[in-house]
Amino acid sequence: MTGFLGKDFWMRNETLVALVIVLFCVFAAISDPNFLSVTTLSDLSRASIVIGILAIAAMIVLISGGIDVSFTAIAVFGMYASTKLALAIWPDMPWPLIFVMSAGIGALLGSVNGVFIAFFGLPTLIVTLGTLSIFRGFLLTFIGSQRISDLPPAMRDFSRGVLARGTTEAGYFYSIPWAILALVGVVVLTWFILSKTMLGRAIFAIGGSVESARRVGINVKWTQFFVYVYVGALAGLAGAIHGSMGRMADPFSLVGTELSVIAAVVLGGARLIGGYGTITGTLLGVGLIVLVQNSLIVIGVPTTWQSVVVGLLILLGTGLPAWRAKHAASGNA
Amino acid sequence: MNRANPTIAVVQSPEFRLFVIAALVFAFMSILSPDRFLSVQNLTSMAFQFPEFAILALAVTITMMTGGIDLSIVGIANLSAVIAAIILTTFSDPAMPVGESLVWLALAIGASLSVGVVAGLLNGSLVAFYGLPPILATLGTGLIFTGLAIALTGGSAVMGFPSSVAWLGNQQVLGIPVPLIVFVVLAVLLHFILTRTAFGIRVTMFGANPLAALYAAIDVDRMLLKVYVISGLFASTAGLIIMSRANSAKADYGSSYLLLAVLIAVLGGINPYGGRGRVIGIVFAVLAMQFLSSGLNMLQFSNFARELIWGVLLIFVMIINTKNWAGIFVPMARKPGKTS
Amino acid sequence: MTEAQAGVFVEVVGVTKRYAGVVALDGVDLIVRPGEAICLAGENGSGKSTLIKLISGVEQPTTGSIRIDGETVRRLTPRQSSAAGVMVIYQDFSLFPNLTVAENIALSTQIASHDIMSSSRKCRDIARQTLARIGVDIDLEERVELLSVAHKQLVAICRALASKARLIIMDEPTTALTAKEVRVLLSIIRKLKEDGVAILFVSHKLAEVLEVSEKVVVLRNGRKVAEGPASDFDAISLTHHMTGRDVAETPPSQLPVGTPVLLEVNGLTRAGAFEDVNFTLRKGEVLGITGLLGSGRTSLAKALFGLVAPDTGTIVLEGREVPLGDPIAAANAHIGYVPEDRLTEGLFLSQSIVRNVAVGRLHAHQNLGVLSLNALVAEAAGWLQRLKVKAPDIEAPVQSLSGGNQQRVALARWLSRGPRVLVLNGPSVGVDVGSKSDIHAIIRELAGEGIGVIVISDDLPELIATCHRILVMRAGRIVDEMEGGSVSEEQLSVRLAS
Repeated sequence: MTGFLGKDFWMRNETLVALVIVLFCVFAAISDPNFLSVTTLSDLSRASIVIGILAIAAMIVLISGGIDVSFTAIAVFGMYASTKLALAIWPDMPWPLIFVMSAGIGALLGSVNGVFIAFFGLPTLIVTLGTLSIFRGFLLTFIGSQRISDLPPAMRDFSRGVLARGTTEAGYFYSIPWAILALVGVVVLTWFILSKTMLGRAIFAIGGSVESARRVGINVKWTQFFVYVYVGALAGLAGAIHGSMGRMADPFSLVGTELSVIAAVVLGGARLIGGYGTITGTLLGVGLIVLVQNSLIVIGVPTTWQSVVVGLLILLGTGLPAWRAKHAASGNA
Repeated sequence: MNRANPTIAVVQSPEFRLFVIAALVFAFMSILSPDRFLSVQNLTSMAFQFPEFAILALAVTITMMTGGIDLSIVGIANLSAVIAAIILTTFSDPAMPVGESLVWLALAIGASLSVGVVAGLLNGSLVAFYGLPPILATLGTGLIFTGLAIALTGGSAVMGFPSSVAWLGNQQVLGIPVPLIVFVVLAVLLHFILTRTAFGIRVTMFGANPLAALYAAIDVDRMLLKVYVISGLFASTAGLIIMSRANSAKADYGSSYLLLAVLIAVLGGINPYGGRGRVIGIVFAVLAMQFLSSGLNMLQFSNFARELIWGVLLIFVMIINTKNWAGIFVPMARKPGKTS
Repeated sequence: MTEAQAGVFVEVVGVTKRYAGVVALDGVDLIVRPGEAICLAGENGSGKSTLIKLISGVEQPTTGSIRIDGETVRRLTPRQSSAAGVMVIYQDFSLFPNLTVAENIALSTQIASHDIMSSSRKCRDIARQTLARIGVDIDLEERVELLSVAHKQLVAICRALASKARLIIMDEPTTALTAKEVRVLLSIIRKLKEDGVAILFVSHKLAEVLEVSEKVVVLRNGRKVAEGPASDFDAISLTHHMTGRDVAETPPSQLPVGTPVLLEVNGLTRAGAFEDVNFTLRKGEVLGITGLLGSGRTSLAKALFGLVAPDTGTIVLEGREVPLGDPIAAANAHIGYVPEDRLTEGLFLSQSIVRNVAVGRLHAHQNLGVLSLNALVAEAAGWLQRLKVKAPDIEAPVQSLSGGNQQRVALARWLSRGPRVLVLNGPSVGVDVGSKSDIHAIIRELAGEGIGVIVISDDLPELIATCHRILVMRAGRIVDEMEGGSVSEEQLSVRLAS
């Protein structure tokens, strides 16, 4: 099977995930003809925006050979702190400024991870586990633990902004929010960094082998530092979007979803050992997770079985390649 | 480290540093608020609080000794508790004669520990036979266990147990809270397993160098199975204590315990890459955490501040343990097992 | 620039390097001219790797100097060294398994030219040009993890060339190559030399590259002990200079007639590794198995211990068939295996010396599930003493020991299990000369006790000194058999290469 599909096309996680998505949609369409509609698509894409941006962030960390569990805490921190700041100093602050502020706060928190990981050389899982507690604890202790439903008006305006809206022939309402552009922007920017710049090549190289990267002259520390700052900024942005689309700044939201986001990324083919991961795969992984979270009921599986299904998908998605690798290894030992 | 200087070796060990930290926190809190912190009531309530997550930390410890991790412990704990709770509420009721209800209680405990064993076997086979990275295997199974608990209960709490259930979590024997006794027994047991059994030494050796373990003819697959079964059993035990203390079982109890347990294990000096760690370190780490949170509680700090301080403590101890102050700007922790 | 210095690329002048009182290099000189290939030979610990580190700027000499293009460089840095065109290809190649061939070749060039953007066209162009320069065709878009070892090495060479290499230092270049791949490598080396690129081979085994080399330099214990045109050296004289041994050890005396057979290997085959291997091993016999790299000797050794599963064939120990492909079954049948690579396969480096020995005997000291620690430690300590392991503290991590003592620890683990057959893969690799003859004495002693010992090695003097019989492998088959006592090194090396 070579040609334009590439010779490992059928072995790739992306292909598997895409197949599962297609199968899911086929079953869903059979049991509910309304499933295949613009409405479903707009609902699902709406649900994918925040988790999509977070997944892109988590993917970059995995590619660089690390793992980050603190990005949800960073997202909430950025969102809540910037909302509160805006309300305090300039309630009519335009939303782009609020978003930039949230991303900036995120970048700052990300740099804390970066310092401990890149310059102190601590293990990434432990550092981000610690900073998850620190960021969340700091937010809830010193900044606030009350939900804010009176968001700055600009944020509410943002959540009302749609690219397209309408009613399907069957009479269902649909709308595609502006926020989807943020996801598109993040995807394009990340794609550009990863595949068009030397920085991106360096991130892949470090994930492949830190020692070799050092030997060819890559500045490993600053590259790692950049990764965590960038991830922090993306998380801050995702947080702000989450707040305005939910029309509430809830300091308790998002934290706790970090493992499902990482699960989506891993489903999409990124490997924990670093060096591997694609944006297409990650988006497909996100698509599958969102589909399972929102539409399981359509194919006749009760919603209460949702995490069982996600768990099984993770085991299958990571188990098949791992099993193949193990057999390949014992074959030529 | 030299045999001629055992004192120096002890003083330099991460466990000793943790002991000092725990003692300092205890002393500090005692001075700040002697009447309340040192009161019998506070000491007992601490002794009731920590065993459940401390036992989960023991479960993480043994998997981490092999260089793995078990992220499914909370899922196992809740699923075990839910199974026990369903048995208890279905077959037994508060009006039942004590003898009969004890039989059902024993059955429920047996069923819930079996859940731990089966879950551990599942985790162990995924890691040993299918070669899944432990972090992903147990992330996936954790979701499945939690998911099953949700599916079984519809997401709501199961309650209405006979009064005998409360004994495990809320009673004292000779003035010592039962959960504390369970924790001490399990900690001693794990310490014994790791230091005085062939299996335990193999676990440590495997963690130190998995390839050499293969060349030394260690039955790696069976060893990994056992490790995850023990982890599962400890998790179910913790689940039973949580159930008894809450007098109910629910799929999402103790969801913050997972990160807490991993945090305690690392704080306690277990090397996340495997091959190093001692149970006594876990004990000191748990005590330090508990003294800190009770003390802060007393000083009117919120639960959130506690979380903040736990995180700071974790990173602080990690930095001290790398003890490479002079070389902070030189790479210290190199990722093992990576070659081109 | 004086007349004598004309045409000299790198010159090492009287370099000495001390680490915390230990002299690693002592007054060494070396001259590298463009287009010249030099063999730098020496055993582990002879100072070869220190010399590479000095030339590549990773470390600075304690005294002495390094000149590049006739100019003395003070505190040479890795950056200066590689800018001048000195490229090191380490044994592990330092490639990126997850990146493509093209990216691997072009990456360091792009980094060195401070590119900000990464152009995939530029990347492919660089890769295509350098591959064309050595006349090799490798799929540019293939991920490096999927390449064979030989191709990985070629990619590493191309990466060095792409960075305008004028001197390529190759660390243990032929270790993992098959005989055919070595020939391809040699023809590429010839091309590079014509282009004016100098090559420095660094190895403890250089017979294969002698034919393309102009000069040989031998280091021993930090000193240069021999230097001369390559034509003056052969495998045997190299070994003599490296080890400094002139007096051969006495080979073992003949086994008495009628010594019972211990192990029988019948028709052992594994596709692509070894084919129809048959041999017997008698009680108390030391059997050598040798062959060039890629002859299948290591796969065969692993198969004997169940680490590699043969497709067909049987292994029969004292009349009982040993299950294939299962190290635990092999160990239970009292077959022991001491691997070639102590550091990654043999020892638990961070664990104590005593644990490294005792791990083989845990089951025997367990009573009702409880280990009797005292008995375990006493037994292990007994073995350590018997093998004369010099350790101030047996609770210290095994990584604190020297190579020779580490090898004895690995031996002690298997000896404590009372093996009937012991497979030793490269028993004295990376061990100093003194320990080496001690290890040979231990091998003879074990055989005297009736253990069957199989020594897998490419160290010919070692085989002659220890073995009753020597089997030669080529392309996965046993092609020759010789009596250990009667064969000379010359004869053996001829039969090996023919």
